Amino acid sequence: MNNRLRWRKFVSNFMLTMTGVCAVVAVSVLFFILGYLVYHGGTSINWNFFTKLPAPVGESGGGMANAIVGSAKLLLLAALIGVPIGFMGAIYLAEFSGSSVAFVVRYAADLLNGVPSIVIGIFAYSLAVLPFKHFSTLAGGLALGVMMVPITLRSTEEFLRAVPRALREGAMALGASKSKTIATVIVPAAYRGILTAILLAFARVAGETAPLLFTAFGSRFWSPGWNQPTASLPVMIFTYAIAPYEDWHRQAWAAGLVLLGLILVINILARAILARGIAVPRS
Amino acid sequence: MNAPARPAVPLNITPTGPGSAGREAPAPLPMRMNVSKLNFFYGAKQALFDISLGIATNKVTALIGPSGCGKSTLLRTLNRMHETVRSSRLEGEILLDGQDILSQDVTQLRRRVGMVFQRPNPFPKSIFDNVAYGLRINGTKLPMAEAVEKSLRHAALWDEVKDQLHKSAYDLSGGQQQRLCIARALAVEPEVLLLDEPCSALDPISTAKIEELLVSLKDFCTITIVTHNMQQAARVSDFTAFLLTGQLIEFSPTPHLFTTPADPRTEAYITGRFG
Repeated sequence: MNNRLRWRKFVSNFMLTMTGVCAVVAVSVLFFILGYLVYHGGTSINWNFFTKLPAPVGESGGGMANAIVGSAKLLLLAALIGVPIGFMGAIYLAEFSGSSVAFVVRYAADLLNGVPSIVIGIFAYSLAVLPFKHFSTLAGGLALGVMMVPITLRSTEEFLRAVPRALREGAMALGASKSKTIATVIVPAAYRGILTAILLAFARVAGETAPLLFTAFGSRFWSPGWNQPTASLPVMIFTYAIAPYEDWHRQAWAAGLVLLGLILVINILARAILARGIAVPRS
Repeated sequence: MNAPARPAVPLNITPTGPGSAGREAPAPLPMRMNVSKLNFFYGAKQALFDISLGIATNKVTALIGPSGCGKSTLLRTLNRMHETVRSSRLEGEILLDGQDILSQDVTQLRRRVGMVFQRPNPFPKSIFDNVAYGLRINGTKLPMAEAVEKSLRHAALWDEVKDQLHKSAYDLSGGQQQRLCIARALAVEPEVLLLDEPCSALDPISTAKIEELLVSLKDFCTITIVTHNMQQAARVSDFTAFLLTGQLIEFSPTPHLFTTPADPRTEAYITGRFG
């Protein structure tokens, strides 16, 4: 009897320790990456990085101004494609569709979410590169936008469904039509969650490299307009990191740090906006 | 308030059981709403059986009965909130001022027949915007600040919130939130106010405030309240309907129903033998 009790206590303590160790490992990987990035990136980053074009091969110095602008343009396009489709689709799913339609769309969105990003790149390549016979910002934005759709759609739908039924009934009992209820009560009640979901989707595609390799391609120069190949931070990181030059490696680290900082700033801004609204308390 | 377009009908339009003989017939009253031969179904399950009753103008009518008796369902048919349940089906006739509500525009109907729910359900907006909501979606031309103040005064909430109109409605206590919901419903000046167990989530002091408020609202509003609390029905209502398993067992002036119930089932319920 005593032995069994001791054994149980041992198993309990052992498992408790294991869960703790795993939690620490999970967090420390993140901090290791962050620390490494800040250490290497921080020493390589300077004002030129933000203002100068890449230096010609063989010369040191230069910057990634074109890649920063290129990434911003790609993300803007991605948001213009991904957010409206995901958001409106989620409203239809959560508020209007029958359960069988909702099931099919939800399942399809989950599948799309699981499609490797390189395959989405091929999709954008055959749709927006092959017919025009050249790489373009547009094609890259399309690839990233398609990736944003399922993430935005699924999480927005969840947040809309979580709005208490009592709020819907309250609005409808005051004579609000269904569309009015959605626009004036349900979306405002869920908007903090929806905004967070959109930003998460944004952060996710901001670092995507694979779908850009053969859509936006890359460039060492400015890319005016939307119809030419463009540089972007993730592709620059890839190109510079595998190059045989010490200087390029340092710039790749700096680009990584900038990308991370960008995502961090987006998150902090979002939280600042969210803090101003009125949240529905959990009952 | 408008006079009803329909001739007054006697209140007691359902037959009552033995014991009603000899009682003087209640005087005919103007009726704001009339329900006749109402049958209601959730899918294949019938929830209300052949209900007929009148809601007297500027009076408080209480619907009582044990859980699942159909009192909330009956209330929700009065402004067609039952339509939010997909499989529901309704037979019979419901009149508001002599006009069939089922053939009216549902938005207009719900403006005239407001509703307050079991749990306070303020919107995630400021106190002011909550009250103004109904006016805004109906595109009113009224000066908003005055309309909001008037509704909050009617709901006996003005003095408590007048300095914090732009704070979140969730900063209020539960009882205040419920009075806010009443103010929100009153803002569009409904002719009828339906309340579905409005005090069941509140403490006794908040409950007393709302009961007091209901009595004062009678001057300009017709009230129908569902309650599982018989004392509450006795305190606030002029007429009481007792429902059991989807049937209207008895419908009389409140003092009669509670002192000399005509049906033995009513007596059993109000004396606490079941429920």
